[in-house]
Amino acid sequence: MALQDVSGFQDTPMSHMWNTPASLSGSVPFRCDNRHTSLSSLSTSSSPPTRRPFPLSHGTTTLAFVFQGGVIAAADTRASCSGLVACPSAQKILPIHSHLLVTTSGSGADCMLWERILAREIRLYQLRHGRRLSITGSAKLLSHMLHPFKGTDVCVAAILCGWDVEEVRVEEFKGQRVDRMGSGRDDSISPAKRPIEETVMSTSDACSQDDLTDCACERTRHAVTDVDLTRSPVRDRCGPKLFYVCSDGTRLQGELFSVGSGSPYAYGVLDGEVRWSLNEEEAISLAREAVYRATHRDAYSGNCVDLFHITAQGYCRRDREDLREEYHRNRERVLKRGKEESEEDKK
Amino acid sequence: TMFATQVYGDNGKMKEYHYTGPVEHRFSPYSFNGGTVLAVAGEDFAIVASDTRLSEGYSIHSRDSPKCYKLTDTTVIGCSGFHGDCLTLTKIIDARLKMYKHSNNKCMTSGAIAAMLSTILYGRRFFPYYVYNIIGGLDEEGKGAVYSFDPVGSYQRDTYKAGGSASAMLQPLLDNQIGFKNMEGVQHLPLSQEKAVQLVKDVFISAAERDVYTGDALRICIVTKDGIKEETVPLRKD
Repeated sequence: MALQDVSGFQDTPMSHMWNTPASLSGSVPFRCDNRHTSLSSLSTSSSPPTRRPFPLSHGTTTLAFVFQGGVIAAADTRASCSGLVACPSAQKILPIHSHLLVTTSGSGADCMLWERILAREIRLYQLRHGRRLSITGSAKLLSHMLHPFKGTDVCVAAILCGWDVEEVRVEEFKGQRVDRMGSGRDDSISPAKRPIEETVMSTSDACSQDDLTDCACERTRHAVTDVDLTRSPVRDRCGPKLFYVCSDGTRLQGELFSVGSGSPYAYGVLDGEVRWSLNEEEAISLAREAVYRATHRDAYSGNCVDLFHITAQGYCRRDREDLREEYHRNRERVLKRGKEESEEDKK
Repeated sequence: TMFATQVYGDNGKMKEYHYTGPVEHRFSPYSFNGGTVLAVAGEDFAIVASDTRLSEGYSIHSRDSPKCYKLTDTTVIGCSGFHGDCLTLTKIIDARLKMYKHSNNKCMTSGAIAAMLSTILYGRRFFPYYVYNIIGGLDEEGKGAVYSFDPVGSYQRDTYKAGGSASAMLQPLLDNQIGFKNMEGVQHLPLSQEKAVQLVKDVFISAAERDVYTGDALRICIVTKDGIKEETVPLRKD
């Protein structure tokens, strides 16, 4: 159309108002089917976007994998900003609800805000439909919310780690309310995010293997204790789930993911050692070692490691560990090995 | 700013002093007005301090332009970066505070202000406010709280944070003196209010020595349950 060309107006397929950053400022009410969005705050004019005079934070190592005891998620804690460590104690694994964690990678602000939006949408879904959105559904929701921003410099690369619980059993969980605050929640989580459902959860930081026997969900127990890798589709509907969602449109389900600038080093460690039959201690020390090796080689990862473990009962969080300890433990191992080899040579 | 820009052109000469080829100049809506902001949280107090120099390029516009703004009786925000965006942002925050007070019949808490500021900043994700914010105040339990932001809204709660032009110089010093980092065998004493104020003064004197955009005077706002006290200390004027 001639007027459109002269004024430089570009029609963008923005049919959802709830995912525009403008709607976050609070003054615009939520309307799901509104096609007339105000695009004034998102510049869609034909002139190129204003160049930013400051860099945004990037660079990280996050990983997650599935094994017979649930899902392990681990991440480093360094938030870097083109050469400067903006924060040595950032939190990159954010809980959405008791059975879903999201690891963040890419631009810090984008990840924090989009996960807040995701938490809000999941909670609204739960209130409207009376049941919790599945992990598969959550991944699809995040992916579709990010799609209108493909081509802009929104950079979100998240791993959704969770456990799908049978809907019927949700009522049984509700009967047993445990204070969630005792499980070591960090103060740095945005105070606006509230726990969605208080399910049975271990209040100690290191949860024990015995939790699995208390699981109310029969099907999950079968899925978890079964060493056989071929699982029938019926069992797949509940159990551990891992999804990789990226702001360029990728959405993948898998059993092992690592994201970020340190991910090649983490993959090297994980690909060699991850098996379905690991026990909990081995899985945690493997995840810790993978993050440690990545932080050793990648300049943009470092400081501490956060470890989370998800089971049918929900997630439980270990204390943040400084990787300096891992460095010293590793040095002792190397020295001990060197001594053993020299003793063998002497023989 | 301090972050890397391309200094040399394609012919090996420095872009600022030699002709290195045709350059397209575009109007930039941003400019950098300098200034450093610092916030420290204690057991029952919070301190927000900033220098008062407003500069642009090689000139100083004003020696008396503090960067701390009082939001409520328990919260102070420090904004440094582009002064135009600082002014507009503080006006928007004040308006939102009033709206909240009128609809909810109570003042916003420090944590709530931080969460709100995060969404305000992200609302301009594609044409950001060029402001480095640090909020200092008391939380609902009366303990000191510091929230630090990046220009697009990523934030987290800290014990201490420096922002602005001299932030990269001050933050390691604070890590060492308040966080006891990179020291072995040192007793971790809690920070008293007097010691914290003295530390802030010393730290800004050091910053004024080494950063050209920091100097003239230092404005300290001390937030306690009895209110907000302000102190002004002179710094180097050169």
